[in-house]
Amino acid sequence: MYRYDEFDHGFVAARVDQFRDQVARRLTGELTEDQFKPLRLMNGVYLQLHAYMLRIAIPYGTLSSKQLRMLGHIARTYDRGYGHFTTRQNLQFNWPALKDIPAVLDDLAKVEMHALQTSGNCIRNVTTDHFAGAAADEITDPRPYAEILRQWSSIHPEFSFLPRKFKIAVTGAPKDRAAIQVHDIGLELKRGPDGGIGFAVYVGGGQGRTPMIAHKVRDYLAEEDLLAYVEAIMRVYNLHGRRDNKYKARIKILVHETGAEEITRQIEAEFVEVRKTELLRLPDSEIERITAYFAPPVLAEKPARSSAFEAAKADSAAFADFATYNVTPHKAAGYGVVTISLKPIGGIPGDATDVQMEAIADLADAYSQGEIRVSHEQNLVLPHVALDDMPALYAKLAEHGLATGNAGLVTDIIACPGLDYCALANARSIPLAQDLSNRFGSPERQKEIGELKIKISGCINACGHHHVGHIGLLGVDRRGEEVYQITLGGSGDETASVGTLVGPGFKTEEVVDAVETVVDTYLKLREGPDEPFLAAVRRLGQQPFKEALYGTA
Amino acid sequence: MTTETTDAELTIWRDGRFQADEWTRAAEDEAVADGPAILPLERFLAERDALVSRNAPLGVSVEPNEAIEELAPHLDRVALVTLNFPKYSDGRSSSSARLLRERYGYVGEIRAVGDVLIDQMPLMRRCGFDSFAVTNPVTRKQLAEGQWPDVPFYYQPTGSTQQAEVPAGTRPWARKPS
Ligand code: SF4
Repeated sequence: MYRYDEFDHGFVAARVDQFRDQVARRLTGELTEDQFKPLRLMNGVYLQLHAYMLRIAIPYGTLSSKQLRMLGHIARTYDRGYGHFTTRQNLQFNWPALKDIPAVLDDLAKVEMHALQTSGNCIRNVTTDHFAGAAADEITDPRPYAEILRQWSSIHPEFSFLPRKFKIAVTGAPKDRAAIQVHDIGLELKRGPDGGIGFAVYVGGGQGRTPMIAHKVRDYLAEEDLLAYVEAIMRVYNLHGRRDNKYKARIKILVHETGAEEITRQIEAEFVEVRKTELLRLPDSEIERITAYFAPPVLAEKPARSSAFEAAKADSAAFADFATYNVTPHKAAGYGVVTISLKPIGGIPGDATDVQMEAIADLADAYSQGEIRVSHEQNLVLPHVALDDMPALYAKLAEHGLATGNAGLVTDIIACPGLDYCALANARSIPLAQDLSNRFGSPERQKEIGELKIKISGCINACGHHHVGHIGLLGVDRRGEEVYQITLGGSGDETASVGTLVGPGFKTEEVVDAVETVVDTYLKLREGPDEPFLAAVRRLGQQPFKEALYGTA
Repeated sequence: MTTETTDAELTIWRDGRFQADEWTRAAEDEAVADGPAILPLERFLAERDALVSRNAPLGVSVEPNEAIEELAPHLDRVALVTLNFPKYSDGRSSSSARLLRERYGYVGEIRAVGDVLIDQMPLMRRCGFDSFAVTNPVTRKQLAEGQWPDVPFYYQPTGSTQQAEVPAGTRPWARKPS
């Protein structure tokens, strides 16, 4: 993991001191809420429906056990005993008192964390594959590059007042678990013709009210040019992105309106100029220095097959399900990557209590080299677990209600905070996720359905990523009533696509039945259990689902 | 607090204090006054041949939607470029400032005008601004009190900062004020 040096510590401490002073001035009334707003937003403090919310950056979703324990402590001391993991690999505390926030930031700084650039029109937390550094299919660990980007973009003097927020995602594996094609910039690590490391560069993807899949502007960019190229993209966007309409201000609109070819030309021309100065050429020594922080852990050698693991699978159906759905192959033989589902049946997606956070921190120490990951699917991950240890780990997870074996299944639902918290919402997201989870919750039913990603957003801002849900649910306001629109066929992986609206929306009391109708239609029409939902929708199109939902008239 | 800084006539923050603005602005159709004068970019480009015979410094005001490249070939005749911030949250002029300094090698004064607030000023300085036309009363008061809300740990080179910066530690780009 990356470790702060004196410089990073100094940076965060200076920033916390500055904000402490600003909070004090707000509390005495010297600053009005209007004057305070841009300052608090630069420090991750939002104003929600009922209270301030603090959004904490978890860079590229990597946490140490020490950090997670501190988050548990903060949840207990300053919040209501829980935190909410978001689709951006961040953590939100929904109930801190403003006066306590500087103390929370102090606590975070002690474990090398902060809340910077989690809001505002700047370059946000760089996200990546939650299996980075562990997955068997990886070309190289994307986190060093995410860290390099994080450092370079920290309070960037030129790019802190962009037309709109800006999100960068990096994947190190051809199977894209970071959804790079729906980010402002998506970077895919790959080997170049010379065997070196570089990137395919995608620009202009995004969700929100105008979902778009990114364009590939570069098939191969050498790693030494990473920052020069990103700076070129940022400058073109900063100068030319629309500022007249907040809803047309993301880079995807600039790419769309300018044309992919012309924008590529502008970026490349700017890149030639930036590159000339050599100011941003990434030295090998710096890449090596940062990469060293992410050196793979030294794992005891194990046989590929673990008899303890196999025996437990034969013994318990629940464990076998967990092993099937929540354990992913690791680079190292005899190890697995464990997804800890934060989606218990009927629970709130992404919430974890203080006790759960501490328990997971302990389990990470015992079984996973002290490392935890946060996935954009609102789950946690223990990246380096020996297969031999799985039964013991499973038993301890079960004690804390964390052993739900549903990763990637129909109840592994992503939901934004929605009307329960968010001032922008049209509709509730969390209760709908809970109802759906209960409806499909039986293990047999879930297994029969297979891989199916349901994603729910409470409004068109799409924080719940409904556009890339195999089934997407979007809350809209229809004459004062909460209504949900259903989209089908979205996907955020390497075959990225935006879901298609299937027809008129459904009321709260109808929508769970409607989703079940969609699922039943799939089960009836699929070619077999080997044809997952997404593939079937792509083959069948919308028509059979439309007919099932709305009749044939 | 000095009397200088309470004087509303002293609108320009430069070199750590408020100073008088010695420049006049020539609007679209007005004659250019004697002494240092600022013209809008378009007018400057149209009349530049006639203007060189003038015996006083020339300044050019550039709006964020105007291409700074157009001014680049003429920078040797320009003593001041003002870059406008219609809103503090509009960062375009920060890119223009960096291009002026880094790409076009401009060494004259670059002045931020418009919605210039104290929280952005340290960042602007790192992009190459060296003077600031400050009208916001709260910002004026804070500057007069000596506030400068910088976080003096910089993670990126800009190549154009108007303060002396030195490397911090062994990283290629970490900088702090000297
Ligand atoms: S999608 Fe809408 S309702 Fe949900 S969190 Fe985002 S802004 Fe709020």
